[in-house]
Amino acid sequence: METYFNTYFSKETKTANLAVFRVFFGIMMFFSTLRFLSYGWVDKLYIQPKFFFSYYGFEWIKPLGVYTYALFIVCLISSFLIIIGYKYRYSIIVFFLCFTYIELMDKTTYLNHYYFVSCLSFLLLFLPANRRFSLDAYLDNSLNQEYIPKWNVDCIKVMLFIVYFYAGLAKLNSDWLLEAMPLKIWLPSNYDLPILGSLLQKEWVHYAFSWGGALYDLMIPFLLLYKPTRWFGFFMVVVFHVLTRILFPIGVFPFVMIVSALIFFDSDFHEKLIHKASKLLKLKPLNNSVVGQRSPRKIPLLIIGLFLLIQLLLPWRYLLYQNELFWTEEGYRFSWRVMLMEKAGYAQFKVVDSSNGKSFLIDNNDFLTSFQEKQMSTQPDFMLQYAHYLADHFSENGAKNIEVYVESYVAINGRLSQPYVDPKVDLAKEKDSFAPKKWILNFNDDIKGL
Amino acid sequence: MKKTKVWGFIILLSLIVFACSTSDDEGGTSEETSDNFNRSAMLINWADNIIIPAYTAFNADVAVMVQASSVFTETPSEANLQNLRSAWKDAYVSFQSVSMFEIGKAEELNFRNRLNVYPTDVTSIEENVSNNTYNFSLPSNIAIQGFPAIDYLINGLAGTDAEIVAFYNSESTATGYNGYLNELTNTVLELSTTVLNDWEGSYRSIFVAGTSSSATGSVDKLVNDFLFYYEKSLRAGKIGIPAGVFSVDPLPEKVEALYSKEIGKELLLAAITASQNFFNGKSFTSASEGESLKSYLDFLNTIKNGDDLSTLINNQFDISKTKAAELGNDLALQVTTDNSKMTETYDELQRNVILLKVDMLQALSINVDFVDADGD
Repeated sequence: METYFNTYFSKETKTANLAVFRVFFGIMMFFSTLRFLSYGWVDKLYIQPKFFFSYYGFEWIKPLGVYTYALFIVCLISSFLIIIGYKYRYSIIVFFLCFTYIELMDKTTYLNHYYFVSCLSFLLLFLPANRRFSLDAYLDNSLNQEYIPKWNVDCIKVMLFIVYFYAGLAKLNSDWLLEAMPLKIWLPSNYDLPILGSLLQKEWVHYAFSWGGALYDLMIPFLLLYKPTRWFGFFMVVVFHVLTRILFPIGVFPFVMIVSALIFFDSDFHEKLIHKASKLLKLKPLNNSVVGQRSPRKIPLLIIGLFLLIQLLLPWRYLLYQNELFWTEEGYRFSWRVMLMEKAGYAQFKVVDSSNGKSFLIDNNDFLTSFQEKQMSTQPDFMLQYAHYLADHFSENGAKNIEVYVESYVAINGRLSQPYVDPKVDLAKEKDSFAPKKWILNFNDDIKGL
Repeated sequence: MKKTKVWGFIILLSLIVFACSTSDDEGGTSEETSDNFNRSAMLINWADNIIIPAYTAFNADVAVMVQASSVFTETPSEANLQNLRSAWKDAYVSFQSVSMFEIGKAEELNFRNRLNVYPTDVTSIEENVSNNTYNFSLPSNIAIQGFPAIDYLINGLAGTDAEIVAFYNSESTATGYNGYLNELTNTVLELSTTVLNDWEGSYRSIFVAGTSSSATGSVDKLVNDFLFYYEKSLRAGKIGIPAGVFSVDPLPEKVEALYSKEIGKELLLAAITASQNFFNGKSFTSASEGESLKSYLDFLNTIKNGDDLSTLINNQFDISKTKAAELGNDLALQVTTDNSKMTETYDELQRNVILLKVDMLQALSINVDFVDADGD
């Protein structure tokens, strides 16, 4: 066993794979940041709201007012530097910190694909992605390396494997497979697409998409890993992600996944890409440095190993909770449950001054944007945080002994809405933690599956 | 070999993207034949059988009110005041059938707010009357115009009709009040005519053609407008706010038609009925029902808990109306004498917010107020 590991870790592969990955990743991030800025989302999502929903343990991360733009500009610049591979180590560190900071500012905007980008850039912190086709390598020929340890490339493959396979496993549930939910809700609303539009009204199409989607997610990592099926797998990646791009508002994510899948291809493919690009950019070829193999760097290997182990285990944390995952969402985030449920809710908060028993209802528009309200009304940790915010707000206004109650209804995957939070529980007294939230009412149904 | 495959992908990709990007323009007519629910027919039913007839009726009622206002200001008498009041009431009731359609020109003009923000700003009205200067189109002047301001001028100036008429006769105040009253009623007519003309002109075809499922499609937009109206103007505005559910104490002075003291309940019932009729696609002028949110829900077969969602919603509308019918005509008085009837009505109206906003929107896959961010 030990020799197996030793031989594996001494294996080498062409640097080209990682270099191409770096360039594509940089390009995707550059345009994704540019797109975010051009849509005015910085102002809308991070400057206009009065209140921000923090991740547990990251309450100290807040938007920086108008300086939030600076964060995005730094993101933009660093992703450009990643593309050209200039001062790579610094630019990827800066990018990772900036991007992750942005994501942690408000969990309203949590998306699996943003988390995915944070994960990838975390991996890239420790990988020598600037040893080919980079300004760094052109400026310092000793950096130019034809070969790097194989695990440097494989760890990205493992990450992608987890994303796809876990997304597939998550689809193995009764709602998805037996009810074709939530696709049965989502697909018919695309009635205005040519050709597809009328097909999407048919029930068999909903089932075909559900089963096809689950099968796709489970199979794709294997199709990409196995050389004879790789091109077919990539073809499927393109078709699938372009289709999801057409059907759902998922921004740049499909394109990120498409270019990421290129990592599975052999080195000669990436060599050719670099060769062509060099010719196009009229770059003169460099001699590969003859500097011998650097001593194996143990620390990055350990960190990456640990990171991937966490990635493998974290999505299963929901098993520690008794209640229905879709209903309570305890352990839902950060586990590649992508486009898995349609959840809608309504939360009416009541503030009570217990010193005189007087109470009033809250108009959420006074405190939250419609996007924040939408996310808040289906997720218990949001509700709790908002309740505390309300309690603090109305305590500041002179009143003490503030209690906060919520009357809420949530509908998931086409079921009729049900009461969600116990309306008799004073949320101002409840603390957020990883412990099960006992004030969430029971889900009157069963969703079977993983 | 690999080269051809790469090109194959690129061509496929551009084909799909092309197919997708042209969808907005040509999606309107081709798919209706194969798709069982006809959204285009729903939009046509909304426009031709509900919205335009409702605006037409409203506009006619407003014209009568303007006429009555000019008769009254020319010859201020108690009889003419009564006539004006009755015309004002008819127009106000009629307004309940158009208020929810804040789309197109109405949205542009801020129609609902300019016609019906209450409580009206009495201090500013009095200032304007004495200065004889006012610009109703300024956003800051929303609370000095529309039906609530007219309500104040014809019902709230004094305790008795004779005293009210005196304001329009006395030398020192007549010019100011007469001018202001006419300006108010004329502005309502002007706005209403503008909206109606737009519907009868170009907007109807724009609205009906907007069959796309995007945030800019007519279905998504009008459903959002309808829900916003139901939640904020009807449930909260007419009942919730005066009943004090959003404040520490009840606020009886915030009822609709505060000075009239007679028509609050009638306006409320008219609004609930109009909302229900819109939901059912009931024609404004007859009892026939066309394609609607109800038939759309039925098409999507959203049968849950053994009950049809559209039936649940209709039942809830009926319960709300029954509860509202128990209220007194004067809602401010109702708040001060027995507010529990108000809060009970609020609760019934609220139940439909959940059915409409959570269950119906989920079934229709329409986003609440367009959050143009990405999903995943």
